[in-house]
Amino acid sequence: MHIGLFVPCFIDAFYPKVGIATLELLERLGCRVDYPFDQTCCGQPMVNAGCHAEAAATEQLFVDNFAAYDAIVAPSGSCVHQVRDNLTAIEQTPAVKHVRENTFELVEYLHDVLEVEAFPWACFPHRVGYHDSCNTLRHLGHGKPSELYGPSFSKPRTMLSKVEGVELVTPDRPDECCGFGGTFSATEPEVSGQMGRDKIADHGRAGADYIVSADTSCLMHQAGCAKRIGAGIQFRHIAEILNGANA
Amino acid sequence: MASDNGANATSEAQPRPAKPGAGKRVDHAAGARQFLAATEHAESHDERVWAMRQRRDAAVETIPEWEELRDLASQIKTHALTHLDEYLEQFEANAKANGIHVHWAADAADHNRIVHEIFQENGVQRVIKSKSMLMEECGFRQYMDAAGFDMIETDLGERIQQLDDEDPSHVVVPAVHKMRSDVSQVFSKTLDSDPGNDDAHYLTEHQRQATRPLILDADAGMTGANFAIAETGGFVVCTNEGNADLSANVPNLHVASIGIEKVVPRVEDMGVFIRMLSRSALGSPITQYTSHFRGPKPGGETHIVLVDNGRSERLGSEKFWSALKCIRCGACMNTCPVFRRSGGLSYGATYTGPLGLILDPSIDARRYSNLPFASTLNGSCTNVCPVKINIHEQIFEWRKVLAEDKQVPWTKRSSLAAAGRVLASPKSYRAALKTAHSALHYLPDWAIYNRLNAWGQVRDLPDVPAEGTFHDWYRKHRLNTAEAGDNE
Repeated sequence: MHIGLFVPCFIDAFYPKVGIATLELLERLGCRVDYPFDQTCCGQPMVNAGCHAEAAATEQLFVDNFAAYDAIVAPSGSCVHQVRDNLTAIEQTPAVKHVRENTFELVEYLHDVLEVEAFPWACFPHRVGYHDSCNTLRHLGHGKPSELYGPSFSKPRTMLSKVEGVELVTPDRPDECCGFGGTFSATEPEVSGQMGRDKIADHGRAGADYIVSADTSCLMHQAGCAKRIGAGIQFRHIAEILNGANA
Repeated sequence: MASDNGANATSEAQPRPAKPGAGKRVDHAAGARQFLAATEHAESHDERVWAMRQRRDAAVETIPEWEELRDLASQIKTHALTHLDEYLEQFEANAKANGIHVHWAADAADHNRIVHEIFQENGVQRVIKSKSMLMEECGFRQYMDAAGFDMIETDLGERIQQLDDEDPSHVVVPAVHKMRSDVSQVFSKTLDSDPGNDDAHYLTEHQRQATRPLILDADAGMTGANFAIAETGGFVVCTNEGNADLSANVPNLHVASIGIEKVVPRVEDMGVFIRMLSRSALGSPITQYTSHFRGPKPGGETHIVLVDNGRSERLGSEKFWSALKCIRCGACMNTCPVFRRSGGLSYGATYTGPLGLILDPSIDARRYSNLPFASTLNGSCTNVCPVKINIHEQIFEWRKVLAEDKQVPWTKRSSLAAAGRVLASPKSYRAALKTAHSALHYLPDWAIYNRLNAWGQVRDLPDVPAEGTFHDWYRKHRLNTAEAGDNE
């Protein structure tokens, strides 16, 4: 299995540690991982705003970069949702279909494909509030959303529970959107900011020291809201914890 | 259905987002900003509406076959809508056989004219009316006001909105954005209640005493309908206050305005929908009053106006037809984090919340072109929908339609086109990253669509990472310089 590592544009620019943790974690687990050098973005910024034609060339570049790999793995649920479900501005050639069908978000790759049972190198002795991003939870199926009837499950919580020291705490509104929403964060800043502050406060009331998520964009938004109001809570991508970050 | 009386009192003024004039675009973000600025109202609204979502979850937990019911409800609606012509004809024939007069209205103006004529023929002056979103959609209140009729709302929440000259802000709880003190102010101005008293029981009783005589003296009553049943020609109205029964039974003349999409094939279908409607809306097993009307009372007269008003056209739309399945439970509004924090009036439309985002642009694409962007696309609305409308996918699809139709502002489209050009070229992308002094100076400019101010207005930007970009790190630590044949 030859994996192409997809490091989305804003992770490349602002959160290189998340990309590094993802790469190292996959390698620890015995994967052969390449980072295609000409990658930029999946096209989501344009598509989220309805401008599909404007995303076509970016989508084509994405496919050109990753078509040769057996699997494409990224530490960003929303970008994977874009590739899997909405990369439709270009002709759906066999290469495009291959890329769309074989792009995985990191946690689902660990849980569903690698079926990881332990992270013996990891220890995170802190109270963790897990943030289910809407894209991973409702669009990629990371777990059972609170709205649906059925047995509960959560792939990321299952993974985190295998890390020594992690104490998971649950907020009152466990899977309420944090208000990032791509273009929404810029078109409706007040509502977006209020949702972000509410999310942080909810995790704080539950006793979380860290908010952890599989979606860096939600963390970027929440961390920005927390910093603005001086909230002391900290933020980590799940890849960093599974890879052995300890604080 | 009933209003929730749990609201607190405050001295803060009620936020009143301005409704834009004809030909203007609704600016949801501005309305939301104004709503959130009234912090007590905003907090109370979020909590009250979230409480309905929580009661809904608790109710759903008691029905193990809930997801099967959703499938079944969705299938019944799909079947009814794909055979709409047959079921409407069957409904009409059976309703006529039951002694009901049936009228067909092509649009809102037609509806208003038909009802006006029925009233003129019967010498009606004072009308009582049960809550109906279809009548709101037709602008019926304003029409009847202009025609000089006295219209009295029999639903408490709707009566509050009527006295305050405001639209309903929620499809089930029309005055949910008001706090107890706001209602006290409205009643003291319009019904002469004690301005210093905002006790909910006092206010309700005062309203009741003031309005009952008007209801008892009415010449005609109007209702909507939640369901119209083809095999019997009867229709079903669900309320928690029994107010539709007042409207239908007190006067001798009953006029029901019914959207053509409300038709379902059989009485037994009610076994599915009645179980889902109120559980989805308020978390109660059933509405307090679920009234079936089959024909006029002895000596009375019943008319039905079947209204199209764009529904047939929407039925022909491949991507958006299934919005017609909606049974108006409001669950999507209750779960929507944007609706809860912005209040219904910020949508500037009859239909608010997620449902409004997909219905309103089909009514007026230009006026409501901003609404599909008032969503984070989180998908919770789709999961709570009892008839399984793919609401968030239709919101996403509307954005595409509006962008193609050039209803998205040029500045936004052009900055996204520029972003698309940069992101499509590794060379330009890397050059953009490299030539700038720091990530903060260039990236947000295209990454968040030239709206750096909007981002920075409510949040701080991330720090510039000490190790540079991931790309830089990878080149330094994982590749020999000779191998790095990238676009520097």
